[in-house]
Amino acid sequence: MNKNETYWKTNLKYLVILLTIWFTVSYGFGILLVDTLNQFTLGGFKLGFWFAQQGSIYVFVLLIFVYIYLMNRLDEKFKSKN
Amino acid sequence: MELQYWIWIAVGISFTLYIAIAIITRASSTGEFYVAGKGVHPIANGMATAADWMSAASFISMAGIISFNGYDGSVYLMGWTGGYVLLALLLAPYLRKFGKFTVPDFIGDRYYSNIARGVAVFCALIISFTYIAGQMRGVGVVFSRYLEVDITTGVLIGMLIVLFYAVLGGMKGITYTQVAQYCVLIFAFMLPAIFISLMVTGNVIPQIGFGSTGSDGVYLLDKLDGLHRELGFHEYTSGKKTTLDVFFITAALMVGTAGLPHVIVRFFTVKKVSDARKSAGWALLFIAILYTTAPAVAVFSRTNLIETVSNKAYHALPDWFEKWEATGLISFDDKNQDGLIQYVADPEVNELKVDADIMVLANPEIANLPNWVIAIMAAGALAAALSTAAGLLLVISSSVSHDLIKKMIKPDVSEKGELIAARLSAVGAVMLAAYFGINPPGFVAATVALAFGLAAASFFPAIVLGIFSKRMNKEGAIAGMVVGILLMLFYMTKFKFGWFGGGTEKDWWFGISPEGFGSFAMMVNFAVSIIISKFTPAPDREIQELIEKIRNPNDE
Repeated sequence: MNKNETYWKTNLKYLVILLTIWFTVSYGFGILLVDTLNQFTLGGFKLGFWFAQQGSIYVFVLLIFVYIYLMNRLDEKFKSKN
Repeated sequence: MELQYWIWIAVGISFTLYIAIAIITRASSTGEFYVAGKGVHPIANGMATAADWMSAASFISMAGIISFNGYDGSVYLMGWTGGYVLLALLLAPYLRKFGKFTVPDFIGDRYYSNIARGVAVFCALIISFTYIAGQMRGVGVVFSRYLEVDITTGVLIGMLIVLFYAVLGGMKGITYTQVAQYCVLIFAFMLPAIFISLMVTGNVIPQIGFGSTGSDGVYLLDKLDGLHRELGFHEYTSGKKTTLDVFFITAALMVGTAGLPHVIVRFFTVKKVSDARKSAGWALLFIAILYTTAPAVAVFSRTNLIETVSNKAYHALPDWFEKWEATGLISFDDKNQDGLIQYVADPEVNELKVDADIMVLANPEIANLPNWVIAIMAAGALAAALSTAAGLLLVISSSVSHDLIKKMIKPDVSEKGELIAARLSAVGAVMLAAYFGINPPGFVAATVALAFGLAAASFFPAIVLGIFSKRMNKEGAIAGMVVGILLMLFYMTKFKFGWFGGGTEKDWWFGISPEGFGSFAMMVNFAVSIIISKFTPAPDREIQELIEKIRNPNDE
């Protein structure tokens, strides 16, 4: 496998992992499982409601910054191989 | 000092600032006009994207809509933020690497076809016009409310300002005015929110405040759920919409966000690929500040409203009630003549009508904040409306001057000629938008939300497949875009304007509302593209190499 292919495969692996989390916190916790999670509370918040109106957004921000970090590291690694 | 003076001062200072920035940063080449010379710092671009993105609707209406819909309002919160994850991970870096000026540029080159380019221009224009007509209207409403002029004058003032800095400054001017506008609007939104949170819960941070207890020791959300049950409203923390519809609406808003040309083009303005990722991160962070505060404001003002008015004597209400009654945003009709306000879910008994917008607009007065805070709110609302209008205008003008004139009609046009065409089309677009702002077709408000569906149904699949599939060819992409956007147009005109026989909620396909249908049309677009591409020839070697190049950020 050549250098570019490895780079692309690693990128795709990151995408799958991060988008799975993206889907889970919003569509999963905030929508599909909202009633189940609402049985638990976080301070004054029902947990499902909190994910829908707060938690998912925090995770979204975090996901992008994690991706920035991972890709910068990957870019560096492949630059030094040149 | 009088409120009106404060407002003129705040608006005057902020406008002078925007115009000064536009003069300093005016564009002198097509590269600067379309993509700010590709030299914008990622944090500045993040702020500009946030301002571009958050319109008068985000600033004024969203908290109010959540306030009245409770959990169902989550579709906007998740939908309008989650799209940035898709942008950062699936689109922005690759489009920046591609390195041209517009979305139709990418579609046209990647699918080696001027038909594809033409379809993309058509989609970009439809999406941007439905969006901008609503914005100009918003500009007019905000001007008329705060500066006490009529809506037409308001639209005209707004039009002149936008025209001045969009035409003169192009993308470069717009970018730096948007940075200033972001600062104004976020300050204006947060200040009253923090004060109210402090007042209601004793917590400075609204995001935590709305999950805490009020002065009576009861959790605010539990209290609100209780009030809602008592008055016959739907419980605040659970929804009324079906799970499937919530799912589809959220998806349509997310994917639509990632497919909106005026958002995508902002990522063409940074220096390198890694900066495109970074600015998507900063943009979402800046947006999240407002978007996580809005649900808190919604809860505070909802509780406040119910406690202030429910079963209270009309003559004993605080001053702000009377003041906003004069604007028509809140109205009281004493049906049973008992002098008390019955605010309940049952329309037969209910005596109070409240417009969603009042939840944010009246906040400073409900919290007894000084007049200068209200003036800053006015400047913030105007900043939100103007920045979005300017960003959309630029997409429209570059679609015409670059994609249509330069790439399709007259390829030998000189750079100077193209720049003149870009400015002229900006002027034309402003006038058309202003016309719709003054004479809004009845469907404007309804279609703004649908612009997302249109973007989801047309651009998103074509761009994603263009990057992630080497096999996708022009036949597949064109067929997908055409079927996607037509299907969405059909569904929205059928159920929103009653064309093609119309229909009611019962006739919705699979129970999906027109707002959520964009997700369905997007899936159809993907399916059509993939199936058609299987039966038609693969793209040439050259295109495969282009894709390789887009995927590799190091190979400059």
